[in-house]
Amino acid sequence: MGSGTTRPRRNPSMADHTANGCTPLSLPKRVALPRVSKIHLRSSLQTFTKRDWVRVTKMPDMQAHVNDFLLKLRKRKIEGSQATAKLTAELLRSVISHQRVPYSNQAGALIDAVKAVGEQLIAANPVELAVGNIVRRVLHIIREEDLSLTTAAIGGLNLSSVSDDEDDTEHDEHPVLSAAVVAAAARSTLRPPSLQTLLEDVPVAAALPRTSSSGGDSDGKSKSADKSSRSRKLKHDVIEAVNELIQDISTCHEQIAEQAVEHIHHNEVILTLGSSRTVLEFLCAAKEKQRSFRVFVAEGAPRYQGHLLAKDLVSRGLQTTVITDSAVFAMISRVNMVIVGAHAVMANGGVIAPVGLNMVALAAQRHAVPFVVLAGSHKLCPLYPHNPEVLLNELRSPSELLDFGEFSDCMDFGNGTGSPLLHVVNPAFDYVPPKLVSLFITDTGGHNPSYMYRLIADYYSADDLVVQRRPGAGS
Amino acid sequence: MGAQKKGASRVSEDPEELTRVPLQAILLADSFATTFRPITLERPKVLLPLVNVPMINYTLAWLESAGVEEVFVFCCAHSKQVIHYLESSEWFSQPNFSVQTIESHNSVGAGDALRLIYERNVIHGDFVLISGDTVSNMSLTQALQEHKERRKKDSNAVMTMVIKRSKPSLITRQSRLGTDELFIAIDPDTKQLFYYEDRADHSRGVIYLDKLLLAENTSISLHNDKQDCYIDICSPEVLSLFTDNFDYQHLRRHFVKGLLVDDIMGYKIFTHEIHSSYAARIDNFRSYDTISKDIIQRWTYPLVPDVMFFGNSATKLERRGMYRALEVGQSRSAQIGPFTVVGEGTKIGDNTSISNSVIGKGCTIGSNVLIEGSYVWDNVIIEDGCKLSHAIVCDGVIMKSGAVLEPGVVLSFKVVIGQQFVVPPYSKVSLFQQPTKQDSDEELEYADNSSGVVEIPLNNSNGEITSELSETKCWPTSQLCANTFSVHVIGFIILCEGTELGAGGVGYIWSFSEGGHDEEWRHSVAPIPTEKLAEATDAMDDDMELAPDGSILPPSGDLKLDSEDDYTEVFRDESIDFEKEVEATFLRAVHEDINVDNVILEVNSLRLSYNKLTADCAGAVFYSVLKFALDTSPGSAGKLS
Repeated sequence: MGSGTTRPRRNPSMADHTANGCTPLSLPKRVALPRVSKIHLRSSLQTFTKRDWVRVTKMPDMQAHVNDFLLKLRKRKIEGSQATAKLTAELLRSVISHQRVPYSNQAGALIDAVKAVGEQLIAANPVELAVGNIVRRVLHIIREEDLSLTTAAIGGLNLSSVSDDEDDTEHDEHPVLSAAVVAAAARSTLRPPSLQTLLEDVPVAAALPRTSSSGGDSDGKSKSADKSSRSRKLKHDVIEAVNELIQDISTCHEQIAEQAVEHIHHNEVILTLGSSRTVLEFLCAAKEKQRSFRVFVAEGAPRYQGHLLAKDLVSRGLQTTVITDSAVFAMISRVNMVIVGAHAVMANGGVIAPVGLNMVALAAQRHAVPFVVLAGSHKLCPLYPHNPEVLLNELRSPSELLDFGEFSDCMDFGNGTGSPLLHVVNPAFDYVPPKLVSLFITDTGGHNPSYMYRLIADYYSADDLVVQRRPGAGS
Repeated sequence: MGAQKKGASRVSEDPEELTRVPLQAILLADSFATTFRPITLERPKVLLPLVNVPMINYTLAWLESAGVEEVFVFCCAHSKQVIHYLESSEWFSQPNFSVQTIESHNSVGAGDALRLIYERNVIHGDFVLISGDTVSNMSLTQALQEHKERRKKDSNAVMTMVIKRSKPSLITRQSRLGTDELFIAIDPDTKQLFYYEDRADHSRGVIYLDKLLLAENTSISLHNDKQDCYIDICSPEVLSLFTDNFDYQHLRRHFVKGLLVDDIMGYKIFTHEIHSSYAARIDNFRSYDTISKDIIQRWTYPLVPDVMFFGNSATKLERRGMYRALEVGQSRSAQIGPFTVVGEGTKIGDNTSISNSVIGKGCTIGSNVLIEGSYVWDNVIIEDGCKLSHAIVCDGVIMKSGAVLEPGVVLSFKVVIGQQFVVPPYSKVSLFQQPTKQDSDEELEYADNSSGVVEIPLNNSNGEITSELSETKCWPTSQLCANTFSVHVIGFIILCEGTELGAGGVGYIWSFSEGGHDEEWRHSVAPIPTEKLAEATDAMDDDMELAPDGSILPPSGDLKLDSEDDYTEVFRDESIDFEKEVEATFLRAVHEDINVDNVILEVNSLRLSYNKLTADCAGAVFYSVLKFALDTSPGSAGKLS
């Protein structure tokens, strides 16, 4: 079957095209591409394939890209879980799109490639758990897509025939997926079969085989057109799913903020600590819905990001009170709800949060004030806090606490025993145990801490929990 | 794209155009000093490990993170080693960060280096001048911005020096980095530097300022609590200045002081003070110790051992400032104390106790060893029962069982210390024999590092000479600083059998240079012994008693202007009376608005009655003016001019 489709070839421009396939702009491109640039493509394809057959794994520019990102992670140049998660997902997307897929075990090849990169990424900044989360999410996506394709093939579906008819087959494909796949898709809420997916499946998948068939004379005829089209399909589906993941990450603030009205009521007093963009959007969303409430902002020493949050809140017309961190206990009795952001949410429902939050959580518990944690699903970590891989804390520079010049005489090692008498410790995070958290609000809705394990089962495969151990061959 | 920009900048002299040139930096991978001898005989200072990472990596990592795009690494001493190291590292393959080496064999100071770079014509705009032993995490943006704005207003503002607040020790008159107390005078408003003195004569407790400084500026503040970070943002003119003044060698002693004294060209130097970030230069063993401890205490974040900023292996931070690499073989009974770094593949035996120390990679440490405050580099073997306190132990050293290192000891590469041998405090041990000194300043030999033809003097008094030519090593004499002495003796490895370093020991104990012995404790890794501190305290108390009123320097902070002028020293009872009279006259004149001529007449009569010179009058009047200016509002300070 499918004698017209030959082995697909990789081409840098095509790869980019694939990577950006989710943008609506790619639709007109599909029409233009095969006709206008056919000749140009053919020549570039020939030169490219010769070079590229030698190289099995990644392109050199890909490697440079990965190294660049690794350096940024190592030097802590990317701040914030959301930015890190998004960049990680985008990097992995291009890794996948640059990865050559063999005839057999395509999913294994992709998983290996992602694991190889992911391992480096996690090691580059072990404190930022979002990197590991995204790597695991992408691995899970590959596994799921592979599973759905395999079940589809076993189900005896006529997957593809001639390349020209591909448009139709594509449209047919989703509705006739086997029940297992549909169930799996429904279970994993992150990836519902959307209209967008259905539409945008078409251009990239259709454009690629056409160009390859146009340049196909140069290469030997492929033996298993079925498999190659499946591998194209797998990769393409994975990229689509990763695109959705990126989309989810970038819209998580809005998704969370949408739920604000259900939680914040009239004349309430909300307390928060430090600054979190999620919290800011959440509060502003409630304000936009004409809820009038007051916000207490604990300043969040030593970085005092609470000051910035207060500024932002005031600029949006919210009644704001700034208090010191140490005044939290005194003020908590007047507070109706504590709403804070998180650095990461662990599998047991514990939270790794900016320093000082454990104290706030304890105060809230003492006065039976609901303690609500806002976290995008990229912050959901499938590891437990006692896992040795989890680095719970990062010690930042003491200069955030003290002025070096003022205390320089306390650190003159020339006097006395030579051992430093003054130690300054500046941890970045606190661990808030699950029993202190009343509610998690993620982009998929509100959840109990005890429900976290369930979400994790949806988002991650158990095989991927340890990314470090690289398997010999894929799953 | 870089070429186009450079071309454009050469054509137009518009400062706007110049700002678009990629930010460049000159990194001097040679300190042109001998403070790290004997270690630097075998390895250049920039490649010495600082908390298990070669120093140059800290500097390059900082330059890269600060947004510098092109770095020219100037190598002189052991240039081959530096170049080889950089080639094997990943610095040459960084995106947006190009590292190029410039090699020289005959530079004797920073001046020569900058002249050579000027000849190469590679610097096209403002550049950062830094030496390869600087650790920093400061952000350059603000300093660079200030520098460029000043340049737009005044093209004579050629340099911005980065300074940082750091209080010097009251007793020893040196900073925590082991450098001498630094006195600088800056304009509090414009931050212009007027005076720079890092070698003040402490015995007299007096520093001298040019009167013109006080006359020409409405306000200056004199600091002794600033530390020079040796990070300079320079304009391209700096290079040509070095070429014009061919005798400039030292960046501070010649260049900075030269510019400050020279008022013909009118070049100005400004300062930029950093507050929350860290910057320091490793100048001697004490600063090596201090900066290592600062790194372990994370003041240099993110350049800390557990962040993989460059060339360091994965390390985990545990409680109480313990950094442990992933593969460390440690006995259960071993106690690894606070603020210690243990490198990869190191094995530690039973009942060994380590505190406040840095242990390198692949070391083998036996049982019952005590290590405190020491720096043990890679592949060192320490046998059972050794004791190390406040010592530096280089690569490949073997310490036989029971050997003891007293505070301040430095063991250079591959030295062997015999059993039960006690190395006396502050001694430096090397496989090379100490170079003999000759006091001929003019005779500087520029030995090429690569040339094998050397003169071998056979003046070894002890030990059997097994001079294997294959092991003969030479070091470039060019790394010696021009101001001390020249060396033209090339050392070679000698296996002395059981004389200097106990049974089976290999190496030479270097004798102290004359007069240098009492200075040894100042710059050593070991903390200053209490008796020295007591001595220094006594000396300081004596100073206090002897010194005339007002001339002793206040312990810290800004000096009051009245203690700066050097007139007070000569005044005795009579002159104090005279001064008081003049002051009273002056004040009366000011308050009652008396005609100037009458005041002059009155002061003149005072001069005659007290039998004084005109200069004394001027001094006294000047003193009263200053005093008046200080007492009243700052606005009246304008009367100075």
